[in-house]
Amino acid sequence: MAKDKILSFERALELFEPVLGFEVHIELGTKTKMFSSAPNEFGSEPNTNITPVDLGLPGTLPVVNEQAVRYSISLGLALGCEIAETSSFARKNYFYPDMTKNYQITQSDQPIAYDGSVEVELADGTIYHVPIERAHMEEDAGKLTHVGGSAGRIQGASASLVDYNRAGVPLVEIVTRPIFGAEHNAPELAKAYVAVVREIAISLGISEARMERGNLRCDANVSLRPRGQEKLGTRTETKNVNSLRSVERAVRYEIQRQAAILEAGGTITQETRHWHEDTGTTSAGRPKSDADDYRYFPEPDLLPVVPGRELIEQLRSELPEAPAARNRRLKGEWGFTDLEFQDVVNGGLLAEISATVAAGATAQAARKWWTGEISRIANTQGVDAASLISPENVAATAKLVEAGTLTDKLARQVIEGVIAGEGSPQEVVDARGLAVVSDDGALIAAIDEALAAQPDILEKLREGKVQAAGAVIGAVMKAMKGQADAARVRELLLERAAQA
Amino acid sequence: MSEITPELVTHLASLSRIDLSPDEIASLTTELGQIVDSIAKVSEVATAEVPATSHPIPLTNALRADVVGETLTQEQVLQNAPEQQDGKFVVTAILGEEQ
Amino acid sequence: MSELIRLSAAELAAKLSAGEVSAVEATQAHLDRIAAVDGDVHAFLHVSDSALETARGIDERRAAGEQLHELAGVPLAVKDVLVTTDMPSTSGSKILEGYMSPFDATVVERARAAGLIAIGKTNMDEFAMGSSTEHSAYGPTHNPWDLTRIPGGSGGGSAAAVAAFEAPLALGSDTGGSIRQPAHVTGTVGVKPTYGGVSRYGSIALASSLDQVGPVTRTVLDAALLHDVIGGHDARDSTSIPESWVLMAAAAREGQSGEVLKGLRVGVVKQFSGEGFQAGVEQRFAETLTLLQGAGAEIVEIDAPHFEYAVAAYYLILPAEASSNLARYDSVRFGLRVHPQGGGTVEDVMAATREAGFGPEVKRRIILGTYALSSGYYDAYYGSAQKVRTLIQRDFNAAFEQVDVIASPSAPTTAFKLGERINDPLAMYLNDITTIPANLAGVPGISIPMGLAPEDGLPTGLQLMAPARADDRLYRVAAAIEARLESGWGHTLISQAPALGGK
Repeated sequence: MAKDKILSFERALELFEPVLGFEVHIELGTKTKMFSSAPNEFGSEPNTNITPVDLGLPGTLPVVNEQAVRYSISLGLALGCEIAETSSFARKNYFYPDMTKNYQITQSDQPIAYDGSVEVELADGTIYHVPIERAHMEEDAGKLTHVGGSAGRIQGASASLVDYNRAGVPLVEIVTRPIFGAEHNAPELAKAYVAVVREIAISLGISEARMERGNLRCDANVSLRPRGQEKLGTRTETKNVNSLRSVERAVRYEIQRQAAILEAGGTITQETRHWHEDTGTTSAGRPKSDADDYRYFPEPDLLPVVPGRELIEQLRSELPEAPAARNRRLKGEWGFTDLEFQDVVNGGLLAEISATVAAGATAQAARKWWTGEISRIANTQGVDAASLISPENVAATAKLVEAGTLTDKLARQVIEGVIAGEGSPQEVVDARGLAVVSDDGALIAAIDEALAAQPDILEKLREGKVQAAGAVIGAVMKAMKGQADAARVRELLLERAAQA
Repeated sequence: MSEITPELVTHLASLSRIDLSPDEIASLTTELGQIVDSIAKVSEVATAEVPATSHPIPLTNALRADVVGETLTQEQVLQNAPEQQDGKFVVTAILGEEQ
Repeated sequence: MSELIRLSAAELAAKLSAGEVSAVEATQAHLDRIAAVDGDVHAFLHVSDSALETARGIDERRAAGEQLHELAGVPLAVKDVLVTTDMPSTSGSKILEGYMSPFDATVVERARAAGLIAIGKTNMDEFAMGSSTEHSAYGPTHNPWDLTRIPGGSGGGSAAAVAAFEAPLALGSDTGGSIRQPAHVTGTVGVKPTYGGVSRYGSIALASSLDQVGPVTRTVLDAALLHDVIGGHDARDSTSIPESWVLMAAAAREGQSGEVLKGLRVGVVKQFSGEGFQAGVEQRFAETLTLLQGAGAEIVEIDAPHFEYAVAAYYLILPAEASSNLARYDSVRFGLRVHPQGGGTVEDVMAATREAGFGPEVKRRIILGTYALSSGYYDAYYGSAQKVRTLIQRDFNAAFEQVDVIASPSAPTTAFKLGERINDPLAMYLNDITTIPANLAGVPGISIPMGLAPEDGLPTGLQLMAPARADDRLYRVAAAIEARLESGWGHTLISQAPALGGK
């Protein structure tokens, strides 16, 4: 793959105004699929969450999942959208082996929600209102794996295997209008917007919204227009952006790449681009062309959905508070400083910390672990912190520290172990033998042993030379392989000195 | 008067994934031309103020409760598969990028 | 025993429940008949090898004193468009050769639950595209009245099976006349119910907004009895009408004996006559109207100005929906797979499979439908056709303000010769001119025999249409007309059919 020329971000912004747009797909956490009663589950044996409908077998017909409609309406309302009086489905026709019918049931002219706006706050306190064009219901496709090529890539593969478990999983696609005025904040806004949408979905309880699992997927549209020009530039659509961090990086990269082309007098091709996490670059996918004739038409097998005022108002009354308002409240409740809270927001960790606090950790402990050790590992691995460990496991670790079973240092090892897939915190503690030795007898024995090697220390302690304790504590900690509470060792040692 | 050309038929065949032979393209160009001429008259009466009917009986809200039902076994899912491996359907290589 | 096959389903059912005949005997008689005549007729694509066993089960349950459905033990032929777990379901296409469905169509499931014996799958035009059954990938069906002629289509197999006494009851599907037109040319009875009246779940889709499953029989009462078995709401079909229905059989019985024709307002569509209509068909239709007047009915001329656009709208909507419905036949999950010479990508495999697996009429309509939906043409074609649909519904609404039912010949001509129109798709399409409006509007229609055309001695059919949801009215009126016609003739029309090799 030829390496793209890129312009510096600063220079790109001098010459061009970036215009953004996003298509975010959220898989709804319903019990069953969008149009069939097959279980909507992740990680099952291949081709087992399937009814004849999901396989598009001859004679099958779709039936709309009521809960998916309710979730979609709630999401639409939380995005500040109008809810359609009459919403209908359409078929989008194209052939691809991950689609069982070779058409996708989606919505075209009459989406369930339209005309919304989402408030997004950046680190420096700037607030943007991202305009939402529509949010519509549709079905997910199956999953392809490629064999015979290198690294599971589609290029060079000799065959592909299809698992249709995901086929028919309910999706809501949220489409923004063009977003102007983000300027140098564009990459950060991209990340913050997706983070807010994710928070909304989680707070509504309609999706786990885990990006690494594909519960939430983002296609980022970027175009540039020369300063002072009215007409929009040609846009690219970057796919495969599977973490908040990648959203930010991908937008930044596309701005720099497109700027380099435009500055050199070239033109941008309207195309799909693929984000590569490893290289931090995008590569060209299919060009958009006349061949993309999806031949939309009203889905004759499904009736229009007419939700009714009553249902809409009921769902409106059940909405959780908006993220911006909730942030202000949480900051107060948690007692975070501005800096601490901004750290959490930037890391996209609000939902994780909320859940960790709900699972019994203190707010400060939750913040410390998520923005500290877990974020550090996430950065090293190039993934989102949320994908590494569950809030329950973080809370369990924090509680072990609070109870004195773990020191901070040991707790870091426990976190590492949980992330490495070694089990729950308690299991890691047991398996690695990490618990602090709280048996005084064992500690006293170790102290005696250390004193035997350095008999003059007791004297010094009695003389009030307290700093002499350090050598013994060090020896004891070493003997206990670090799994002793240093403060307790010190207490015991001083008691010992006082006795004699 | 027909706008049906061999190029258009070829394009339509590609959109609908049918590898038509040159003979078929030629005969379909003629036949479709005649058919389209005879059915194009729908636009004579389809004026702007007439609403479209997509469903013959106007019903709404056929919704299903979110309750898991009976599923097929993996064996049933694959029972008619032309080719399978490891519980999955096998297809030959896909050219180009994923959609 | 061969007389068993000449009984109507109602008569056979009475003998079964009286214990005069066993289900095994009834089934065996029809299997024997199939063995004797189906080599000539070719109504069946597959004959069940478990029908006798199923019949034995019915006999045992009856012997054990179980209260069975009125029709339990009566054989049933099933159009191959309906999926079945015990027999292959191909929809008349090579692309589905040998396909086994893991579930039964709702109508088949309901028929089995009522104790009907599914004896085989009947031939049809590939994916129900056609009016002659000549587009079946497995060879044409022959009209039992004249083996050199078409049995109608797409459901020629079901109609021929019933006309040839290979089954007393059959299931069909009607997208633009595929039940009613075969009934017309085979001297049998066929009903297209109100759209949504019978579940489409398990009916291999041709055009989803037009398709409707219905009964194919030799008498109006038999059709009503079968309709009651298969009809009613099905949660698996979103377009299924949720309200409950009155019993069609009760309506038919009322029609047979009552005075339902007196004061009945019968509409005759101005546009359904003249050019393209065979003289003998028009003559029998005129005589039937006279008979209706004689029975106290009032004949009202109806103007349906948009019916002349119906065929055009139909040949846009049907191919458009079909092009999408048939996209799933791509060699990935089921059905035929053809590898192009020299290998290729999955796209090439799909294209080669569809080229080899679809017949010419299917390809023609897929290409036409793809065109009608493609960008730049949608508004002029598909969009306009959907508007014509509205106008046709308005014509029906206006008509049904003046009349109770609309009457017409079921098709413009009697059965034409096999091969006569196979290369003239336009002429073939015009055959559906009388039946298509009902599908576009979703209203019910029935075809019953109205005599033989004088010039060729072939059957003609009377079509009756009623407002949506008034299927019972059709049965009531059709049963009354059937009774009047037969008492005039002194016999049933089907009794005049040639004996075929079986006798």
